[in-house]
Amino acid sequence: MNNKKKFLKPLLHASIAAFIGSISSYALANNNEPIKIGMMLPFSGVYAGLGEATRNGLKQALKESGNSVAGRSIEFIEMDTEAKPARAPEITSSLVDNQKVDFIVGPVHSGVAMGMIKSIKGKDSIMIIPNAGANAATGAFCQPNVFRTSFSSWQTAYPMGKEAYEMGYKKIVTMSWNYGFGKESLAAFNESFTAAGGEVIKKMLVPFPKTEFQSYLTEIASIKPDAVFVFFAGGGAVKFVKDYSAMGLKGKIPLLGSGFLTEGTTKAQGPASEGVITTLHYADSLDNEKNTAFRQKYEELFKKPADLFAVQGYDAGQLIIDAVTATKGKTKDKNALIKEMEQLEINSPRGAFKFSKAHNPIQSIYLRKVVNGQNTVIKIAQENLEDPARGCKL
Amino acid sequence: MDSSFYLVQLLNAVQYGLLLFLIASGLTLVFGVMGILNLAHGSMYMIGAYLAYYFTFLTDSFFLAFLISGSIALLIGILIERFLIIHLYKRDHLDQVLLTVGLIFVFNSIQSFVWGNDPLGIEVPNLLSGSIKLTDIIEYPIYRLFISGLCIIVAVSMYLIINRTKLGMMIRAGESDRNMVENLGVDISKLFTIVFAIGVFLAALAGIVSAPIVSLVPGMGEHVLISCFVVVVIGGLGSIKGAFIAALIVGIVDTFASVLLPEISSMSIYLLMALILLVKPQGLFKN
Repeated sequence: MNNKKKFLKPLLHASIAAFIGSISSYALANNNEPIKIGMMLPFSGVYAGLGEATRNGLKQALKESGNSVAGRSIEFIEMDTEAKPARAPEITSSLVDNQKVDFIVGPVHSGVAMGMIKSIKGKDSIMIIPNAGANAATGAFCQPNVFRTSFSSWQTAYPMGKEAYEMGYKKIVTMSWNYGFGKESLAAFNESFTAAGGEVIKKMLVPFPKTEFQSYLTEIASIKPDAVFVFFAGGGAVKFVKDYSAMGLKGKIPLLGSGFLTEGTTKAQGPASEGVITTLHYADSLDNEKNTAFRQKYEELFKKPADLFAVQGYDAGQLIIDAVTATKGKTKDKNALIKEMEQLEINSPRGAFKFSKAHNPIQSIYLRKVVNGQNTVIKIAQENLEDPARGCKL
Repeated sequence: MDSSFYLVQLLNAVQYGLLLFLIASGLTLVFGVMGILNLAHGSMYMIGAYLAYYFTFLTDSFFLAFLISGSIALLIGILIERFLIIHLYKRDHLDQVLLTVGLIFVFNSIQSFVWGNDPLGIEVPNLLSGSIKLTDIIEYPIYRLFISGLCIIVAVSMYLIINRTKLGMMIRAGESDRNMVENLGVDISKLFTIVFAIGVFLAALAGIVSAPIVSLVPGMGEHVLISCFVVVVIGGLGSIKGAFIAALIVGIVDTFASVLLPEISSMSIYLLMALILLVKPQGLFKN
């Protein structure tokens, strides 16, 4: 009995809210209504820094267009996901069904993304993923109303396989945390490395979020591979690179990685990160006009240097602005809006990109090396790389 | 994989176990003497690490930072006991949980507000930055051995203080019969303040010495707290000797599981805990 009451009450609230919502949107169905953007980002917990940078980038893009698009102002609704997948469906539904947002920008974490996609399927809001790289988001679970301005895990690791082989490494040990992003990155590396003729002689999966790496490093030293390819990010990446160096492996067994190994972490890693080679769709030091202008403005606004996550948030903002400008401010017809978004070329600080059929960026992947604490671009590892979007029927 | 491989792994295991003991010792000490389960113990570890980071940059000396951060931790311990924990002695465990979980949020917010959310790190102090060549490839960082030495010193001093000094006598007496100790004229409230401050200090100490080899990130305390609980539960809640032995066992099981049985390594220490609790429901050493 009690349970039933608990269930009914929010349902009642939701339907009242939906009712009021539908009246007001009927009455105000004109272009003076603000464009509603829901933000679902982690503002607390381990990924809080990423959430903050994404929001900053997004706000910068909207500020540059005078905080209005085609004469309509912008209203933000910020929701903290805490990077907890279990919270995703509830928050998504409240933004989509109660708040009737036009766009949801989020999330950072792939587990949260999967929960959000389930809840936004077939709904009248458009989701723009500014980070979460799970292949499935623009693969098996792709949706007409889900776009991604960041990357797929596959894209960030696939080009390194061929590069590693060309650097002369034949036998490689791969290693990552035992979770989706890590396993997808290792698989993508393995795909192109073995196709080129190399051999992955051992794959090590560390329980997430464990950062006690000593036993694994000891094992790598006893295997003596030509090189090591790893996926770690954030705090784990800092610890891994420091431990790798402290155990004396640096300089003897070259360290390769998906770009997240040295993204936003080189300062904390110190000299241990020097010489680490990675692939990614961006580098702070990219030399193009858009990137220079973007980074300068970001530093002025937020008093700290921009990073990859800021770029991805910024591009989510540009995508919204360009699409709504193209429809002359109309956001009611979501299919028309989606059509415009599919045609757009986004002038990103990483280099201009368009979307694939599955709504993932077709973008160049850079080969980078840490020099003096900076990810320096050596060359373009693969130009205009498109994710294979396995399992997507769009 | 020759014998040297397993010897290095054993060294890894013991060194990890000793660090686990250092982190868990304060938690079990406070519970054993005061009956307070401090869920914010991991936060003290985190604050210790961030203070060490902050003062290393301010003073340009890790050892100065070590002293300053340690003193601040003691002070934090005294303040928390005097103003907050003191209200809990006559209340039940649920209130303890409420207060100490609340403290986790408070310290997380302080961390985020003062130091931001990006991963931070400091370098190993120059004096301890060398390494010892073990095999043709592996060099063992001296700093890790220094931490192990420090953990052993802490363990031995705790043993001596508890078994050989008057303070230790009062602690042991307080563990077994609080009322009697009070009736004998010992100022139990002062004793509790001291014990709680030492508990906080030990957690912070673990954070301080770990700062050069871990990455400082929001939420780092919570991850530590879980392994900490495994150690304390296996050892027997409140038993310092138990925590020491449990920490070494956990270090060994965790290290060798990740090498020999990687498929089950993520649950190895929890399996170990379940098995031990099946045989000894109170842990290895019940007070």
